[in-house]
Amino acid sequence: MDDTVKISIRNLYKVFGPQPQAALEHVMAGMSKTELLEKHHHVIGLRDINVDMHDGRITVIMGLSGSGKSTLIRHFNRLIEPTAGQVKVDDEDVLGYGEEDLRNLRRSMMSMVFQRFALLPHRTVIENAATSLKVRGVGKSDYLAEAQKWLDRVGLAGYDNRYPHQLSGGMQQRVGIARALTSNSPIMLMDEAFSALDPLIRTDMQDLLLELQTELHKTIVFITHDLDEALKIADHLVILKDGFIVQQGEPQYILLNPNDPYIEDFVSDINRARVLRVRSIMIPLEGGAVPPEAHGEVSCNDTLESVIARSGGDTSHAYVVVGDDGPVGTLDMTRLIKALVPRVASEAGARKY
Amino acid sequence: MATYEFVFDGLGLRDWCDSGGTGDAPMSMADLLAQSGGGTKDTSLWDLPFPSLDALNDSCEKIIQSRDLTKGVEQGFLAIKDALRFVLDPMTQPLSWVLEFALATFEWTPWWIMFPILIMVVYLASKSIRIAVFVTACLAFLAGIDHYEFAMQTLAIIFVCAFLCVLFGVPIGIAMSRNDTLQRMTIPILDMLQTLPPFVYLIPLIFLFSVTEPKLYGIAIILYAIVPVIRLTDLGIRLVDQDVIEAADSFGMTDRQKLFGVQIPLALPNIMAGVNQTIMMSLAMVVIASLVSAPGLGVLVLRGIRNLELGVGLISGLGIVLLAIILDRVTKAALDRVNAAQKH
Repeated sequence: MDDTVKISIRNLYKVFGPQPQAALEHVMAGMSKTELLEKHHHVIGLRDINVDMHDGRITVIMGLSGSGKSTLIRHFNRLIEPTAGQVKVDDEDVLGYGEEDLRNLRRSMMSMVFQRFALLPHRTVIENAATSLKVRGVGKSDYLAEAQKWLDRVGLAGYDNRYPHQLSGGMQQRVGIARALTSNSPIMLMDEAFSALDPLIRTDMQDLLLELQTELHKTIVFITHDLDEALKIADHLVILKDGFIVQQGEPQYILLNPNDPYIEDFVSDINRARVLRVRSIMIPLEGGAVPPEAHGEVSCNDTLESVIARSGGDTSHAYVVVGDDGPVGTLDMTRLIKALVPRVASEAGARKY
Repeated sequence: MATYEFVFDGLGLRDWCDSGGTGDAPMSMADLLAQSGGGTKDTSLWDLPFPSLDALNDSCEKIIQSRDLTKGVEQGFLAIKDALRFVLDPMTQPLSWVLEFALATFEWTPWWIMFPILIMVVYLASKSIRIAVFVTACLAFLAGIDHYEFAMQTLAIIFVCAFLCVLFGVPIGIAMSRNDTLQRMTIPILDMLQTLPPFVYLIPLIFLFSVTEPKLYGIAIILYAIVPVIRLTDLGIRLVDQDVIEAADSFGMTDRQKLFGVQIPLALPNIMAGVNQTIMMSLAMVVIASLVSAPGLGVLVLRGIRNLELGVGLISGLGIVLLAIILDRVTKAALDRVNAAQKH
């Protein structure tokens, strides 16, 4: 993993309506969503979005329905044109592209996975998986071999000649992922890719994605409305509300330091023991000595859940936290238990919804 | 005393009305009756006529009568007829040739070659032995009662016309689905073609083309039957799942790849339903077209009506029903196969 910025979004605005440019001025001047709708009959899709997506990382964009997340992801490959702003991929201004360049971007730089799979119902699984190569004009034997490889990789060996409607939802989405992978594009856009699947299959697919990612190191932009899912897979989390970014950053950090009641609401619902990792709540050593009374060592990437299991519920325990190069911090169980209680939910009845 | 005279008097138009009014316009039956009835009648409010052209003409002779309107339309058409014919005649000539060729081929081919060909086509389209057997039985029945030649003439006309309908209708439908303005302009024309009584088509065509030419009924059939295939192609392409279209865009398909790789295949069930309707409507029209010398079973139906030959009319009517069932079952079976291949 390096820190190259793959996709960079600057001051992106999207206004829906017959005269978006005129309405944009009001938005820039700070008019609210409801006011703009009532007075000018335009809808704000996105407002002043600034995000950097790093090469080889998974960026998760999270928000409730209507928060503009699906609109945002469609700006990256210009399925939707912005009203104002900048979209750069590999430091190239995508908005300046002509038809031909844009097509090449879609063919070789970005592939997309859709919430409702969007497979071609009249083509077999293997032909669906090969879509991007067929579009580029690759020969039949080549595209079949490549599609076969990725179908095997996502666990669909032997289903090549079935039709999409003969497969279950989870399997159809595997075809969708294979289709995106077959294009060998460095960027994958996943629009609520797992939201239509039932919870167990969703977990399977998340594991599949993480497993593929350890190997392929693609730049993945993942849209979801599910915080658990977001926390599980995100390297960088962006939280959208009503078209603007409420908070973005490392997911563990957001979880521990929500800066908005909206996010506090979100995070109060999740299983913190499973999501939080030791490194996020430990007390760093900072050159100090390892305390002698420790009950053992835990890894900085362990979840709190595993530490609790290890302590057997004894709150008097304390552990030494080890990173890649020896001890990095300490963690006592009292601190751990405190971290399990969200800041806001501890005040009784603070939840609004 | 006509009802609306006061209007013209009030407007000071009386002089204009009377100036140059020859007064020798042909008298209508109503005028005659009014004269013979004594002329002066009390007109109560209850009898107030609508200020129509004829009613106004009673009061002011400068206003034209309604029959002048129909006459005007007729004269207008006759005036442009030659120019229209000059353009349309050579353009549509190939249709005559194709129809003549198809009729000649169907008549020339002996039945023992025609039967296997037709049955094979049926089987290839429907992939159903049951339907192939049924079609064989129907053809054998028609041939058995010596209606084979008429049935083949009807079939030949339908094949040519339905093929041309699809050839022109599908591209028109595709163009409509991609352009909202074109769709808005085309739909009223399609509505008119579909609701105009079929006999009315024939009237201007008879003036334009010679009744002995096959293209006369060819054009009538095509105009009448092309509507469903256009409509359903347009509808089918517009109904293609937007998610799939978006996916096609996101993988960088060109418009062409999208049209032939996604939109047409996914619209195919609707297009096929349109083809089925088009064939059925060609069959309906081919009977009416026998009025303008279209050969086939329609001629027998017409003979039945003209001479009140009950048996001839009923038997040939039954023959048409059989042909309709054959064509419908075969196209529906083909449609089902398309549907089965791409259900969601």
